[in-house]
This record gives sequence, C-alpha cells and structure tokens, in this order.
Amino acid sequence: MDKILRVNMSTLSTAIEPVPAAWAGLGGRGLTSTIVAAEVPPTCHALGTFNKLVFAPGLLSGTAAANSGRLSAGAKSPLTGTIKESNAGGTAAQMLARLGVKALIIEGLPKEDKWYSLHVNKDGVSVQEETELIGKRNFAVIEALEARLGKKTGVLTIGPVGELKMTAANISVKDPDSKLRSHGRGGLGAVMGSKKIKFISIDDQGAPGVKIADPEKFKVAARTFAKALLDHPVSGEGLPTYGTNVLVNILNEAGGLPTRNFTYGRFDGADKISGETMNETITARGGKVRHGCHAGCIIQCSQVYNDKDGKYLTSGFEYETIWGLGADCCIDNLDDIARADSIMDDIGIDSIETAVMFGVAMEAGILNFGDSKEMLRILNDEIGGGTPLGRILGGGAGSVGRAYGVTRVPVVKNQGIPAYDPRSVKGIGITYATSTMGADHTAGYSIATNILNVGGYVDPLKKDGQVELSRNLQIATAAVDSTGMCIFIAFPALDIPECLPALIDMINARFGISLTGDDVTNLGKHILKVEHGFNIGAGFTNKDDRLPEFFTTETVAPHNAIWDFSDIEIDEFWNF
Amino acid sequence: MRITVKLFASFRLGRFKFAEQEYQVGTDCRTIVLALGLTEAEIGVIMVNGRHAALDYVLQEGDTLSLFPLVGGG
Repeated sequence: MDKILRVNMSTLSTAIEPVPAAWAGLGGRGLTSTIVAAEVPPTCHALGTFNKLVFAPGLLSGTAAANSGRLSAGAKSPLTGTIKESNAGGTAAQMLARLGVKALIIEGLPKEDKWYSLHVNKDGVSVQEETELIGKRNFAVIEALEARLGKKTGVLTIGPVGELKMTAANISVKDPDSKLRSHGRGGLGAVMGSKKIKFISIDDQGAPGVKIADPEKFKVAARTFAKALLDHPVSGEGLPTYGTNVLVNILNEAGGLPTRNFTYGRFDGADKISGETMNETITARGGKVRHGCHAGCIIQCSQVYNDKDGKYLTSGFEYETIWGLGADCCIDNLDDIARADSIMDDIGIDSIETAVMFGVAMEAGILNFGDSKEMLRILNDEIGGGTPLGRILGGGAGSVGRAYGVTRVPVVKNQGIPAYDPRSVKGIGITYATSTMGADHTAGYSIATNILNVGGYVDPLKKDGQVELSRNLQIATAAVDSTGMCIFIAFPALDIPECLPALIDMINARFGISLTGDDVTNLGKHILKVEHGFNIGAGFTNKDDRLPEFFTTETVAPHNAIWDFSDIEIDEFWNF
Repeated sequence: MRITVKLFASFRLGRFKFAEQEYQVGTDCRTIVLALGLTEAEIGVIMVNGRHAALDYVLQEGDTLSLFPLVGGG
C-alpha cells in the first residue's frame, strides 16, 4: 500500500500515514502543491517553523513507462514567497515510488543547533544527527555516502549554499552515474537548510515495487508512448544529438536570446556556445553526446562534457545555464561555462537564478561583462565560501539588484527570467508574468509554438493568441508535472495524436481507473487554481503578474520589440 | 541578388554553416531548400531576417535565410 512519510524536525519524530482519499489520484506537482496548500499557512516565513518541504514521485514513477522518473519538490519558496514546485531527474523518484512512498513531508524546525540526515527505506523514515558531512560540497557528500551506505543509495543533498539558507540554493539529486540533477528553482535548498537536513538517503532494498492494475494494457500503452517519443524529430533526434543547447542558435536568429543583461536579443559569440559547437567539442574530446538523467529516459538530452584533456568536466549541461553565463554575461568560452556549471552543482545553487544574477552583477560593476575567470572565482570563493558578498549574490538576481541599485533586473516575483526575451517571444512573457512559480519557462513553454513550430505556430512578435497559448500550455504542464514525466514529452504530445492518449492509458492501467482527456485537463486547471489560491493567501495580487518596468520602456534589437500587453490583457489569463 | 544562407543542427553536416550566395531575383525559400539537397519534409523552421517565413516566401536582395530542422529544448 502507498503511504505518506512524515518527519517532524521539531520533535525529531517520524510517522507513516495512510494516503488520504483526496490525495490518492495525485502525484508529483499535483500532490506537492495540494499538500503545501492544505498544510502550510501562506503567510508563513518560508524559512520558519510553519513551512513544509514535500517530495513526491509522479503517478507513473517507478513503472516501466519511458521518462517517468522525475521527482517533485514543493514548499513555500523563500525566493518568491509563492508556492513552489521544482522537479528533477535522478534516481530518487523511482526508488521512492517502488518503496510505496507517495509523499515525504518534512515539517517543523529543530530546537537544537545541530544538523541531521534522513534515511528512507522499506520500514519508513528515520532521523539521525549528522556531523561528518556538514560544510561539505555535494560531490563529496555523494562520494562519502556511497562509501558509508553503498553504491546504490539514492541521495538528496544540499551544499554550503543551502546550509547557509541563500535563496538561490537548490536540492541536488544523485543521478545514475553518481553525478547530480537539481531541484533548481525557488530556493528549496534553503528550506531544507532551515530544517537542518544535510541530506536524505534512500535504500530501496526489499521495496514492494509498483503494482500495475492492468499489466497488459499498460504494456501496450507504454509501447505506443515510447514510439511517439522516438518518432518525433525533437525528442527522437534533436535533443539526443544537440541537447537543449540547440536552442542558442535558433533563439539568436529569432532575436530572442537575451544578451548583456537583457539589453540585446542577439549575441556575437552565439555560435561558439551553441549546441552544434558543443556537440563537436564533446565528440572530439571523447565525452558522451547522449546521456539520461534517470533510468528509463529514452530522450537522453543530457551529455558528458570533458575538458580539453579528455577529463570529465560536467554533465546535464543545459541551454539556460549556457545562455545565462554565455550571452547574458557576454562570455563565449564554453569550457569556462562548463566549469561554472560544475561548481554550481557542487556548492548547490540554481544555475538559472545564478546565471541571471551574474548578468545583473556585471551591470552593477561587481565584475566586468565577459570576465569568466572572475565569475568562476566569485562562484567558488565568495558564494561557495559564504562571504558577505557571496550571500548577496547567492540571494539571486533580485537580491543583487536591490543591494546595488540596478533597475534592469529581469525577475518576476523575484525569480530570475530565463533564456528567452519576453519582448521578442511574447507568449513566454505571459507565462513569466502569470506563472504561480514566478518567472519559469517550463511552466508554459510557449517557445514550442512561438519559435519551434511545435504544436502549430503563433507569431512570437505579435500579441495575438499568446494568452490562450500560455494558458493551454500551463494547464497541460501542471498535469504532466503530476505524472513524473519529463516535460520534453510535450514535444511529441503536441504533434503526435497517439502520444497523449497513451500517457492517459498508462495512468489508467497503473491505477485501474478511467480518466479521460478532459479529466486530465481539469486536473491541470485544478492544480493551477490551488497554487494561485495559495499565492493570493500569501498576499499576491494581479499587480504581481507583471514584467519588470524596463521591458515596457526599452526596445530590444534586432526587431525593436517591446513588452506592450495591457494589465487587462494579462489578467485575462486567469479567466478559466 | 545576394542572400546569406545560414544552416543549423543536422543541416550543417556535409554542407556549411554560413554562406553568401547569388540567386536570381524572385527566388523563394523553397528553391534554395531544394538546391541545398534538403526536402520540404525535413524543414522545421525557416526564418528570413530573424522572422518566421513560409517556403514560398520570395526573398529580397540582402536577406538572411536561416534554415533549421525541427529542434527543441527548454
């Protein structure tokens, strides 16, 4: 039977609870957001005793469904003050699902100034005091835990940035190669740090596994689903070959690649940091072009990037990180960006927030645009070392903007705007403005339809159709984020008619239920409304669903595009 | 007329990244696509001067034509 594991850090006690009927049909984001909305007072301090950190595998995690190994983490975000869900690959989701853990809820704050770890196994969850690994960086934590508990142990960990409760801190998840994937956005690592939990280890020996109600139906649907993923040019060919970084060149061509802290829409050095160049470099140096973030991933958009001597430098090297430290910081040295990616993994900080932050820090004059060596030093010594400057920078783009009086600060609800200029790709601007998460491209990835010709085409430079596009994508994404599926299944789902019904068939076969497409859409709407309700309770209004002022006063080259949506037009988003 | 042609992702294999080429006045995108040995079905995105365009779009002197297979990320 599935269960809820609950840990109270105030009393250092744990409990195993049955799954309430209302939560039985939920997983992933749908479940973390439902639990946070039900149990966390929206006005609470995100780093205080009333916030809760919730982990939940998706509805299909732990099954043989392709790409179903994503783990959702939820809480009130210390970065945005909104509700937050951030999902990641790695091995933890499938281990938790096989153990029958529907959700792990961590509440309260320890009374003593001590650090702890949690251990999840077939008997439940336990709390231990931890001394050895406090202050250690993430790769050292993984290495030590594999030695201590065995190679197969699943790990969720925070680095020094999370220990110091900086609001850009992430939670790292061990991947199948003992490297890291991240619950990156929204500072959830600081919430884990506030609860003084350095790491959570998972042992799935003796796990009961996931029971499938109708195995034959599941098998057929899983095959159809996997075929759709492999047949679509994006998930079957583009992503495995070039990674997400294939986007540098296409956004650059479209004039939507934010450059020099969102001053321009094109970067002269784009080709040097592009997916095409990265592919050539990886191949020449004996790295891996294809790599999955979790077992069962058949898209394999990740990669292993080596240095010029053929030594491992980083993996999971994503477009948003490369765009941010590249174009937005005017750095065209892909090796230095890879070094930064590795340091960010190691110290445990969100690579999107940090990349956006460096653009603002360069504008503030803390370092020069293009100075990759100083960027690396600051990451390692100042932020990783927890100096006063490091803590301002580790608070993210909004933090450094406030500290240094910068007006061009690309954030919504204090979360850094990623990788796509909302003036020249207007659909994503609606997503940034209205997402319950703060600026988050994955919440409603309009780039698919504005730029990539997936799911039709809506002109990125015009206002027409953008609100509806973003709304439909945000609803669908909230539902997909509940399944444990990687968001990239959306590319085939938008274009191949058999894909989404096969996904729904797998859910039905797994649980012995009969959801329809409409039910799934309604689930997505429900999740968005639950999240929106939490944010309203926390004090947010429609006036917070706005982009920073500079987007309305500064045009962006080459199309001289400007953000020109009225308040009424934006607010129409919530009319569903 | 002079057209700058830019190719991306797998379109570069065995071809080029960027090239300035001479075409007859009135040439459309399709003509150039086919002349490059690409098929209409392979084309994901066409941009002319950074704006999305259709295969039958007629190019002007000095235009930049960018051709992509279907790609994605995020």
